[in-house]
Amino acid sequence: MIAIIDYGVGNLFSLSHSLTAVGAENAVTGDPERILRADRVILPGVGAFGDAAKKLRETGLDAVAKAVAARGTPVMGICLGMQLLLEKSYEFGEHAGLGLIPGEVRPISEVIPQDLKIPHIGWNALDIRRSHPIFRSVRPGDCVYFVHSYYGARCEDSVIATAEYGADLTAAVAKGNVCGCQFHPEKSGDVGLGILKAFCEWDGVETC
Amino acid sequence: MITKRIIPCLDVKDGRVVKGVNFLGLADVSSPVKLAEYYSRCGADELVFYDITASAEGRALFTDILRQVAERVFIPLTVGGGINAVSDFDRVLKCGADKVSVNSGAIRNPDLIPAAAERYGSQCVVISADVKRVNGEFRVFAKGGREDTGMEAVGWIARCVENGAGEVVLNSIDTDGVKGGFDLEMLNAVCEAVNVPVIASGGAGCTRDFVTLFKSLPKVDAGLAASIFHFGEVQISDLKRELRENGITVRI
Repeated sequence: MIAIIDYGVGNLFSLSHSLTAVGAENAVTGDPERILRADRVILPGVGAFGDAAKKLRETGLDAVAKAVAARGTPVMGICLGMQLLLEKSYEFGEHAGLGLIPGEVRPISEVIPQDLKIPHIGWNALDIRRSHPIFRSVRPGDCVYFVHSYYGARCEDSVIATAEYGADLTAAVAKGNVCGCQFHPEKSGDVGLGILKAFCEWDGVETC
Repeated sequence: MITKRIIPCLDVKDGRVVKGVNFLGLADVSSPVKLAEYYSRCGADELVFYDITASAEGRALFTDILRQVAERVFIPLTVGGGINAVSDFDRVLKCGADKVSVNSGAIRNPDLIPAAAERYGSQCVVISADVKRVNGEFRVFAKGGREDTGMEAVGWIARCVENGAGEVVLNSIDTDGVKGGFDLEMLNAVCEAVNVPVIASGGAGCTRDFVTLFKSLPKVDAGLAASIFHFGEVQISDLKRELRENGITVRI
């Protein structure tokens, strides 16, 4: 069973149904016991980093996510959920993340040319930087759907994919049994479903 | 590089797609679910569902249909029509919509966009404007293009963006239905005034119109159309190949 951590932010309807579509039994839940027992865990998220980090703390699910990661369960963060895996964010102040992957969250305006629109929204090609089991079905030039104004910075050692938007923005990260996608696999058509399916079959071991 | 988006728009009334759809090999051409699946397979980058129902029953039917679409189609879904309050955002987002487009609701209630953007984020809020030339000026029209609000359009759209709209759908009433190409002059005026994605709507008659759109106005992010897709006059897969051959980055 895949647990989608429900800590009160965002709409998890599409994510849950996309997992169902790839044949993965899943539950949207904020129950620590169910999350700890799950075979795999997804940390979703939309909105502002500070609010989301606060909600994770208030619900005690930050500790649960860390415990799940520590015991080797495959974990995937999606969009803001990926950013929460990093150590800290500079979105409206400075906020601590889960620190499961080294790196920080910074505004994309710091690295992209001024004439480009923010947020980075739409379909962009994935540039795979390091082969990873979640990308086993991804082909060169495959596009995925992004919506974000902040990006994962100083996480070079963990970057497994980037997307070119005036700069090479972090599109996915991975370290050990933890991975994260800045894009929305649940909104990225067949390419996204392929990534979710691969995650659902991943044992958490990073084989390159 | 970010790709240019191609977006079919479906008008839904009482749970069925209206405005004639003519597909070969599709048994139930008025089923929003079947059409959404079809377009998704053909390479549509996003779908817009416009609820033109007036009754409460029709509205409930619409959200039910939306839920069925979102269970099966995994590309971004935008919903418009009858969005007058933040509670309407809530109603459609819960059923799987990713973005909500406001039109008359934003004209009637200037607080709607800021309130929705604060609650759900700007990326969720789309301002859809029906614009027509009147006495040499671009004017915002309300009630599906029937009523001149007297407001100058470019400034009004820019204010909507300042207030939190994260995307603009610009529908030119002057070119809508004419099939002679998008309204490049009007689109250019809006692109110069805002720094959020602009989606061109109204006037597409053939593949060439999309090529011209993206070649002449690199700032336009997407092209939206209804009947030319519904009647199979333009196949999305062919359109995207043609765009790519013309050096425009698209998702294939």
